[in-house]
Amino acid sequence: MSAEVPTPSGPQIGADEWVARSNERILGPRGPFGAVVRAIDRTPRIIILAVFVGFVAAIPFMTSNGYIQGVATDTMLYILLAMGLNVAVGWAGLLDLGYVAFYGFAAYMFAALSGGHLFTGGVLLTDWPTPAAVAVAIVATIFLGFVLALPTRRLRGDYLAIVTLFFLEIFNNFTNNGDRWDWLGLGGTHDVTGGTTGIIDVHPWRIGGTELTNYSRDYMWVALGGFTVLAVALMYANKSRTGRAWRALREDPLAAELMGMPVKWLMLLAVAVGAGVAGFAGSIIGAYHQQVSPDEFTFVLLITVYAMVILGGAGSLGGVVVGAIIVNVLLEVLNRPDHARWVFYAAVLIGLIVKVRPWRLLVAVLGGLVAFGVIVNQIVGAVWPRGVDGPIAVGPTAFTKQGFFAGAIRHWLVLPAHTYTIPHYTIGNYAFVIVLGLVLALTLVKGWKRWVLLVPMIWGAAFVWENLLIEQAPTVRPLMLGVILIVLMTTRPAGLFGQQRVEIV
Amino acid sequence: MGGVLAFQLYDWHYFFAELMNGLTLGSLYALIALGYTMVYGVLKLLNFAHGDVFMIGCYIGWFVLTGLGGVLAPRVPLVPLLLLMFAAAMVGCGALNVAIERFAYRPLRNAPRIAPLITAIGVSFFIEQTAVLLWGANPRQYDFFELRNGTLFNPPAFTIGNLSVQYAQIFVITSAVFLMFALALFVSRTRTGKAMRAVSFDREAASMMGIDIDRVIMVTFLLGGVLAGAAGVMWGIVQSSFNPYTGFGVGLKAFTAAVVGGIGNIGGAMLGGILIGLAETFTAGYLTSTFQDLVVFSLLVAFMLIRPTGLRGAPVLQKV
Repeated sequence: MSAEVPTPSGPQIGADEWVARSNERILGPRGPFGAVVRAIDRTPRIIILAVFVGFVAAIPFMTSNGYIQGVATDTMLYILLAMGLNVAVGWAGLLDLGYVAFYGFAAYMFAALSGGHLFTGGVLLTDWPTPAAVAVAIVATIFLGFVLALPTRRLRGDYLAIVTLFFLEIFNNFTNNGDRWDWLGLGGTHDVTGGTTGIIDVHPWRIGGTELTNYSRDYMWVALGGFTVLAVALMYANKSRTGRAWRALREDPLAAELMGMPVKWLMLLAVAVGAGVAGFAGSIIGAYHQQVSPDEFTFVLLITVYAMVILGGAGSLGGVVVGAIIVNVLLEVLNRPDHARWVFYAAVLIGLIVKVRPWRLLVAVLGGLVAFGVIVNQIVGAVWPRGVDGPIAVGPTAFTKQGFFAGAIRHWLVLPAHTYTIPHYTIGNYAFVIVLGLVLALTLVKGWKRWVLLVPMIWGAAFVWENLLIEQAPTVRPLMLGVILIVLMTTRPAGLFGQQRVEIV
Repeated sequence: MGGVLAFQLYDWHYFFAELMNGLTLGSLYALIALGYTMVYGVLKLLNFAHGDVFMIGCYIGWFVLTGLGGVLAPRVPLVPLLLLMFAAAMVGCGALNVAIERFAYRPLRNAPRIAPLITAIGVSFFIEQTAVLLWGANPRQYDFFELRNGTLFNPPAFTIGNLSVQYAQIFVITSAVFLMFALALFVSRTRTGKAMRAVSFDREAASMMGIDIDRVIMVTFLLGGVLAGAAGVMWGIVQSSFNPYTGFGVGLKAFTAAVVGGIGNIGGAMLGGILIGLAETFTAGYLTSTFQDLVVFSLLVAFMLIRPTGLRGAPVLQKV
């Protein structure tokens, strides 16, 4: 029984979703992607972990490229952060919006303890050995997590979110102005956090007398070591009594409480464990960047980590790791226009191949796309020659009209010349809004109209991409994170690897 | 003796000016808080994106003002200009809010509680970054101070005894009170208002009584957006400037205003808004302006911990 099993296409009367989908669950995911997923499912988790750790640990031997090593280190730190957030959000179902404040707190704590930067001149605390500084930073962060969650334990889900978000705002307000902390006018002025500059010249880690100064390599190994320990610990925690209790809390706090679970204690524990993981990552980041600056620990970082957890699949340990890797690599790639272009067109093409069935329709859509673009290009070229005479961006300030790709795009899209020399060229702005409207309209129409609408939408997206977005990497990166959150939540809340959860009413 | 008197006089002046600032800010918070509290009432959703809808209102007002010739040489007289700005912002924000509900929240009607919350954060972030993309991150302002020999209203202020009152502030407070009054009438007197109250009391029961839930939710978002749009233009008139990030911080405080007043309670949102506005202004005026947010948010956290149901909210009964 493989292909004959019918999949329910809509809600069935008299059978709730869970029952209606039982065949789907027994068979597991299908298609080529499904085969991979099933193969991974059969492999013991420990082996996957060992392969992953071995591969990452070997990256410095495979390439001496500092940039790639740096990206690998950043990714490892993001993986740690995403794993910590997953405990609170994915397992216990608590919306902890103060998470990056824990991360920042630990970074400041470590910088103060190890480098002697606290209280102007480091009279109070100076030059602690690294293990002690890291341990104290982690313990202090866990303690902070407890202190924050302790009073909020009475609050329902949304209130926890808002109180933790306030905590993040308070933290940002304090770190940005902490160089003139005046005890609210009641005492003298002290420099606690270094203000907007933050703490510079943070000492590197010292392990066994060696200073870790080969930054991108050494701290990747440190993060990887911590990751290995944490991954094993969290795997067992997930299977433990506490892990099951967390999931029960996520599904239904009231029922969990009625079963006699210490709901409040479980909430505290989830926030504190998350804070502890963030604390470990925080004590690495200061030493790795050799400075701690307050604009790292803001709402943007929070959204980034959330996008990683949601994309991978909240609640799935492997999922959040994959999510962190995808999101961080994607954000890096978007920095360079010529790389970003490949990602964009590849994503469009893969999306079409995966979503558009049968293949005749796919061919029709692709053919329609090419024809539509060429026709529009010809019309615009006849009316407004300058409109199709622009270059394409290949670097931060480099443009070209040469090469196969540039030629193809120039005959397919509309590229108004001098777009890149005039700031705020508004054609791209209007097109952005129109394409946004098309995308939303696409979700409303059904049947053949959808396929007809798809063609101008994709062409318009490419137009906006080439004329506006490709040179706006600093804005496009966060924009994309917002899109990931919205689209995933409304279409596939389980993310790539999370368990599909069915609400049983 | 004279010196002491002068000091006291100065102080009283200062206090009154701060009071007026606080009331103005508070009525803006109250307008935005109404959107939060109504949405929370019908959907039990903390709509993070509401503050950003308000920010879009600031921009729409700015574009109408600039499109009609700007502050130095407006092509239409002052009153139609203001009416146009308000109308455009209210319609635009109402439509935006309805679109957000339709595309981002409606697919999640029956999802676990955390899913619409995360979506709301995503929407908020998306609107914010779209504004940065389209209009840049630099702050903008209405520049009303240059209109008509220096002010929007000429003369800019009148005096009662020794205290001067700015017309712009009076204007904002009056129109905010007018809008709130209109909303209160709508909710208490009309059929749709009754349906809104029913849905917020018990959604399932209301739906069994034949109330079109989706329509009620749409109207709620529309009203919230309209109020936020009006608040956006008012913000432009009385505050110095705004940028794409303004909405998030203001929205956060407005949401807390809704919580302080008792979430889901319309009168409470107005009360909470005024209280937060006063608390913020007096903190900045008397205690510390650097750590203003720190103090205000700490107070709010303390308040929410002591009395999570707010000043006027009823204790929450959890129904199964």
